[in-house]
Amino acid sequence: MATRLFAAPSPHIHGGESTKRIMLDVVLALLPALAVSTYVLGLRVLLITAVSVVSCVAFEYLIARFLLRREATICDLSAVVTGVLLAFNLPAGIPWWIVVIGALVAIGIGKMTYGGLGTNPFNPALTGRIFLLMAYPVEMTDWTTSIPDALSGSTMLAEVKYNPALASELNFTEMFGGYMNGSMGEISALALIIGGIYLLWRRVITWHIPVSILLTMALIAMFYALGFGGSLVYELPLFHLLAGGALLGAIFMATDYSTSPMTHKGMIIYGVGIGVITMVIRLWGAYPEGMSFAIFIMNAATPLINKYCKPKRFGTK
Amino acid sequence: MRTFPIGGIHPQDNKEWSKDKAIEVLELPNEVMIPMIQHIGAPATPIVAKGDKVLVGQLIGQAVGFVSANIHSPISGTVTSVDAYPNGQGQRRMMIVIKREGDEWLESIDRSTELKRECRLQPTEIIEKIKRAGVVGLGGAQFPTHVKLSIPDGQRAEVLVINGVECEPYLTSDYRNMLERGEMLLTGVEILMRAIGVERAVIGVENNKPDAIKHLRDIISRDNYRGIEVMPLKLRYPQGGEKQLIAAVTGRQIAPPPALPISEGAVVCNVSSAIAVYEAVQKDKPLIERVVTITGKELKSTHNYLARFGTSLDFILDHVGGLPEGDVKLLNGGPMMGRSIVDTSAPLIKGCSGITVLSGQSVARGKEGACIKCAKCVSVCPMGLEPYLLSKLAKLQKWDIAEEHNTIDCIECGCCSYTCPSNLPLLDYIRIGKQTVMTNIRARAAAKK
Repeated sequence: MATRLFAAPSPHIHGGESTKRIMLDVVLALLPALAVSTYVLGLRVLLITAVSVVSCVAFEYLIARFLLRREATICDLSAVVTGVLLAFNLPAGIPWWIVVIGALVAIGIGKMTYGGLGTNPFNPALTGRIFLLMAYPVEMTDWTTSIPDALSGSTMLAEVKYNPALASELNFTEMFGGYMNGSMGEISALALIIGGIYLLWRRVITWHIPVSILLTMALIAMFYALGFGGSLVYELPLFHLLAGGALLGAIFMATDYSTSPMTHKGMIIYGVGIGVITMVIRLWGAYPEGMSFAIFIMNAATPLINKYCKPKRFGTK
Repeated sequence: MRTFPIGGIHPQDNKEWSKDKAIEVLELPNEVMIPMIQHIGAPATPIVAKGDKVLVGQLIGQAVGFVSANIHSPISGTVTSVDAYPNGQGQRRMMIVIKREGDEWLESIDRSTELKRECRLQPTEIIEKIKRAGVVGLGGAQFPTHVKLSIPDGQRAEVLVINGVECEPYLTSDYRNMLERGEMLLTGVEILMRAIGVERAVIGVENNKPDAIKHLRDIISRDNYRGIEVMPLKLRYPQGGEKQLIAAVTGRQIAPPPALPISEGAVVCNVSSAIAVYEAVQKDKPLIERVVTITGKELKSTHNYLARFGTSLDFILDHVGGLPEGDVKLLNGGPMMGRSIVDTSAPLIKGCSGITVLSGQSVARGKEGACIKCAKCVSVCPMGLEPYLLSKLAKLQKWDIAEEHNTIDCIECGCCSYTCPSNLPLLDYIRIGKQTVMTNIRARAAAKK
């Protein structure tokens, strides 16, 4: 074998990071939540997740190959992430065909219409979830197949919304561990936090978005509690962080690369915005939960944030 | 431990391949090719013709204008040709070809090995000697040293920053120089301090070279080198970048272009260049040779050679057992900022601190994907730029917007391309954008005049 000289501009080495590895890390980080969810809610969780993942990947492949007529990049695993996240935002008892429709909206409208990975302005999984929430409101809020003796029929968010004093009676240890009602992926704060720590350790995400969202939510809840005479100053913030989609949204949904800002400063503005909108909806809005809407709205603000939040140029004050 | 303020990466340093190889004098080649451009600025003018006899150290290329550098013969013999030949990148450049006869040096050069520490010359005399000897930045930039040392009117140097960082993976020539020629280095630093009139010099060395740090500190206290401090820096690429190093060492940031280091009172010089300064001023020895690392995982042997300029890369590669088989990338410099060499008949030049041979997997680039807006390029950029955006703007030929986003600040360190999970050739495009914007800026300035 002879020597062949190659030429290229520098740099000549690469750090080895890849889109596929990042997406795989996100999937791995979601596994603890999936495990707890399956344990608490039953095997149906796995079925719904599988339907969602398979439909997302299939729709991406079909749309790329036959509508856009280009190479399908399903190997980057981004459709798998969308699939898992979409499933995590659904109640376990949802009919499987609704999941398929959700996947079509998530991938078809949420992602591929804009040109695929990296170009979508809105989080695809959220696009799917919000569509389903409006199209199938009954099925999307039917928690009856969930934990029998937990607060049934509606999530705790709805209960506490109209009766904040309930927050003092809740078992936070159970909420933390996974014994609460909600969408499949939301139920265990502990599992989600473990996933979040893994993503931070792998440097897939930075702390800026999750911390600014959660801190903003806790502060607003605290001030709200103060307005009640201060009896729930600790319970109410803790409740809002553990209940509903706060952790799933802050750690996994809001940190979606293409729909969140590029600079740390921008990420904090974006995170505070999500925190404020979530709490406004939760405390004063018509819906019990506002996390999806808040992320969706701040996704829309991301290009503007990117325009005005520039990194600090070297050599400037 | 100190370091520069923003961005940066941690590539595997791969210095173990050559770091323990002591400096060896490379055998003299039978022929050398000396390019008239081995520096930033105007090419030197050949002042010898075919048939002329030359001695080692004799001036053969005269600097043209202030920003230029003299070129000297690295061997003794007969000039056989003055013509354009391809350089390492395959571009034809004016070169003087000399066939070697023995090894006869100019008599004015002091070839003794003992250290000559005392220097009573005036700053202008020192700078004149450096200029005459054709000393340029040996870290890779090849900027004429006398230009750096000539402080513009109205400005004052406060600190001399010596670059012993060698943050490029693989390269070990500066490291070997610090370990083996520490006294020459420190005397060179003293001379440089005298030349620019400062009381303080800081040698920045990354903490992956603790023995070099200790060695230099030992000499400083033993031989009483006053005002010189060795500062360990946290390992991080591109710490050897001029602006990054000044910020790491002094805590001050040089303003964006066209501001120069002197605006913050700093003058930066590489350790190998400081040794060249010592030889130029104390020994009247022009810049005719340098320490160069020959390294690579698949090379039969790795070396730190003291080699004469003009020695062909073929000659050097023959001495290390030739290139490995298969796909190979031959680099002038290290893997982050080095330039690909496509013509192995090209000569060793002043700015070549190492020849790195990459082989196998590391040769080809990964398959390009879509930008996923992960912002990793933004967070690693040491200049606080947005590489994904600058690259896109250059691709779309939106030069004016690229200019607004400060594309000319880019130091081409390559952190963005290195870190991109989608293997986007970010720096390739940014370079095109930067060059175009600089051309536009110059054209506007010329139109104003």
